[in-house]
Amino acid sequence: MNKELRRVSIVVLIMFLALFGSATIIQVFQQPNLKADPRNVREFYASFQTQRGAILVDGTPIAQSVPVNDAYKYQRLYADGPLYSAVTGYFTLNQGSTGIEGAENQELSGTGSDQFFDQVNAIITGKEPEGASVSLTIDPKVQKAAWDALGDYTGAVVAFEPKTGAILAMVSKPTFDPNVLAGHDTKKVIATYDQLLHDSGDPLINRAIAGRLDPPGSTFKLVVASAALANGYTPDSTFPNPPRLQLSGTNTYITNSEGGSCGGADTASIKTALQYSCNIPFAQLGKDLGYDKVATQAKAFGFGDKNLTVPMPVTPSVYPSTNGDPARQELSSFGQGDDRASPLQMAMISAAIANGGELMRPNLVKSITNPDLTTKQDFAPERYGQAVSPDIAATMTQLMVNNVDNGAASNARISGVQVAGKTGTAQNGANNQLPYTLWFTGFAPADDPQVAVAVVVQNGGGIGKAGFGNTLAAPIAKKVIEAVLSR
Amino acid sequence: MSAASAHPVPAAAAPEEASPHTTLTETIRIRLRTPARRRNLELVLLVGAFLLAGGALALVDLGTLGRVGGTMMLLEAVLALLILAVHVTLRVVAPDADPFLLPIATLLNGLGIAEITRIDIAKGWTGWDANGVKQVVWSAMAIVIALVVVLVIRNHRVLQRYRYIAMFVALALLLLPMLPLIGKTVNGARVWIGIGPFSFQPGELTKIALAIFFAGYLVTARDSLAIGGRRLLGMRLPRVRDLGPIVVVWLAAMAVIVFQHDLGTGLLYFGLFLVMIYVATGRFSWVVLGLILFVGGAFAASRALAYVGGRIDSWLDAFSKTNYDKPGGSYQLVQGIFGLSDGGLIGTGLGRGRPQITPLSQSDYIMASLGEELGLIGVFAILALYLLFVSRGFRIGFTGQDDFGRLLGVGLSFVVALQTFIVIGGITRVIPLTGLTTPFMAAGGSSLVANWIIVALLLRLSDSVRSQPRWVVDTPAAGTALGGPTARGAR
Repeated sequence: MNKELRRVSIVVLIMFLALFGSATIIQVFQQPNLKADPRNVREFYASFQTQRGAILVDGTPIAQSVPVNDAYKYQRLYADGPLYSAVTGYFTLNQGSTGIEGAENQELSGTGSDQFFDQVNAIITGKEPEGASVSLTIDPKVQKAAWDALGDYTGAVVAFEPKTGAILAMVSKPTFDPNVLAGHDTKKVIATYDQLLHDSGDPLINRAIAGRLDPPGSTFKLVVASAALANGYTPDSTFPNPPRLQLSGTNTYITNSEGGSCGGADTASIKTALQYSCNIPFAQLGKDLGYDKVATQAKAFGFGDKNLTVPMPVTPSVYPSTNGDPARQELSSFGQGDDRASPLQMAMISAAIANGGELMRPNLVKSITNPDLTTKQDFAPERYGQAVSPDIAATMTQLMVNNVDNGAASNARISGVQVAGKTGTAQNGANNQLPYTLWFTGFAPADDPQVAVAVVVQNGGGIGKAGFGNTLAAPIAKKVIEAVLSR
Repeated sequence: MSAASAHPVPAAAAPEEASPHTTLTETIRIRLRTPARRRNLELVLLVGAFLLAGGALALVDLGTLGRVGGTMMLLEAVLALLILAVHVTLRVVAPDADPFLLPIATLLNGLGIAEITRIDIAKGWTGWDANGVKQVVWSAMAIVIALVVVLVIRNHRVLQRYRYIAMFVALALLLLPMLPLIGKTVNGARVWIGIGPFSFQPGELTKIALAIFFAGYLVTARDSLAIGGRRLLGMRLPRVRDLGPIVVVWLAAMAVIVFQHDLGTGLLYFGLFLVMIYVATGRFSWVVLGLILFVGGAFAASRALAYVGGRIDSWLDAFSKTNYDKPGGSYQLVQGIFGLSDGGLIGTGLGRGRPQITPLSQSDYIMASLGEELGLIGVFAILALYLLFVSRGFRIGFTGQDDFGRLLGVGLSFVVALQTFIVIGGITRVIPLTGLTTPFMAAGGSSLVANWIIVALLLRLSDSVRSQPRWVVDTPAAGTALGGPTARGAR
């Protein structure tokens, strides 16, 4: 019996040696491969062990990760969530991220390839790895002014320095509090996300850069006027100015926004047409210029740019082909038809004109700071392109100042400051049955521009077709400009 | 019961010819002195086991909650008191029992509770939803049952007479889950019974009944089973008329695999039978025959039963997308391996890993959870504990005086070894994964009760082994007995 038992003992020993061996293979020899497997969610969770970098505005964190006692170790906190939501976006554990949280994720999480040695260093020193902090160009006072001025309207405000492209304010409403999506209870986060996603107010959308694009309405006349000046027209070039115009080859008539003949004369110059925002002269001007020339000018201002980022991607604005259809070309020339634009795009038009025709690339990120507070990267102003010549820019500035001082954009006037601007009141729906979209874009001061701004108020500002760009959008822009100038 | 009442205590079981020379005082002196060394060693080891288990629980609390103490600590203290009660009882009724068995079982049980608590915390389970609390309550019940077993069964030979009752008990336990109303299917295997809120895996107790039956049966039938029949390939085959038992056990194992969908348990029962028949008869041909039968049956099952085939596919190609994404595929296996690899050599530390990601991380996968948090070092230590436990059981087989006791000791310890191998081998991909509990550590009452009964029986058996040579010291030269013959008895 003992002989048999000895053999059984050896078998048991072999069985256990097999366990020792296989455990060693898994835990030591195969470890690198197993850790690299994308299905190894432990590594995914381990990425939350890093303290995510903060997002800073004027040195103050608007988003930061604070230590908590759960599996994820850090909780993302937004100091003034809704106010900055259009900028920060949201950060969720596993439902993706938007805004700066998404666009600068690698820097914030410390997983950028250039941060590899920081990670190795963290392992060796036992110090927990940290992400880099992102400092924004946002000015808290301007942001707050834009937020307050927009009030309860559905819409967006964006303002940036024409000389540098530094974005000072970016607001979109209705919005959300990113704190509610930063929770660690995934089920609850998904439920909240679904609720926000299906909210009729579309709070998750950043209307300043990536919302449903709106017809730019009369603000698009800045593009057509610039194209005209670049193609031999002068501010004094005149066009017939009837009270209504039959669109070429159709039975449809267009009118000026307040009916009647705009400016009261039989003809209107470009200057007058811009001053009183007359549709009919611009329809004729656009038709005379033709699609290509207007499209070239629109593209120079940034229309159709699929690669524009701030660093979040910006939905390209559209000046669509009119396919040689003169009626469509006429409509497109005063920002109707299928023209669509984002507030940032309209601000870029003002900014280019403000900066002598040179368009600077709009950008939100000022600098990236390492965990040890050394600067990792500084963002110098970057040129986007020469949108119009300095001469045209100067002329356009005069026309826009005239528009505010003596024309349709009267509500943007600031005493003691020359404001250049253009309003827009765009119709929506195939038969103009929907509420207007109300616009303002402009810059100030005209002689030394500090800020270019664009305001959009969607859904008619809640009063259907009773509002105008001048009554609803211009006062908002005025407050933003005042906030910048009183810095 | 007449035999038992004739030998109420081991001391009285001393051979008749010794008693005329024995005075009361001498008997007492020997019984108190010699065994005390075993029991004192046990006490020291127990204190070590308490410290390690309590330390593990404290580390879990620190690692997850950042503080120490709480209800679980108190509950563990109650368990420690129960263990001490067993220890004290052993001093009286089984003073010569093996001193390693109880501390090893205590430590494994404690490590299990710590890791189960760790996963409770991760999952946010508290109060009666917490498996850790349930595990402590089951442990307490299991330890009390073990205590009763040690107290009631003063002489293991009694069990030999109940071998056929054991067989019927085994069959009944095996069939219970198949009954309507009380039978329950959990995770595809119909191995549970549920009465009201209580559920129990009777198969865990079956292995003990089977070990008793096999030992009792083989002791009487070994001679005829050992008679060789025809020779084939240099091996003497058993006689055809002796094939009955192995066929019956094989059929039972196959029935478990086919009807209860429990591959691991079928393998466990059949492996137990093969080892015991081999040790009893010394005929290797039984093992060959049995393995052919089992592998053939398992192969047929893998063809006929989807769940067996799926287990084998998942084992052979665990990381393929097909097997990983398949319901009941290799997801658990792969996640367990990820957990182990995450632990690496030294582990993440208790409470610092993410073992809760793996399904059944408290029960079937407790070893992967511990491997993740204690690392390869911890895995080696735990495997070494099991190996030591099994080797102490095998000692009974080597040194025991009666063949029934020796066979039973071998059977009970081998069943622990095989079960450990099947479950941990499944986790580490040595063999296909089958659902079995890790002895002493996995969350689950049935398993705890069964394994603590095994501890009690092994303690009883080891005590009888050590009790045997007592008459040697019982000479007029009792004064020198301590250094001389006693040492022989204590070896």
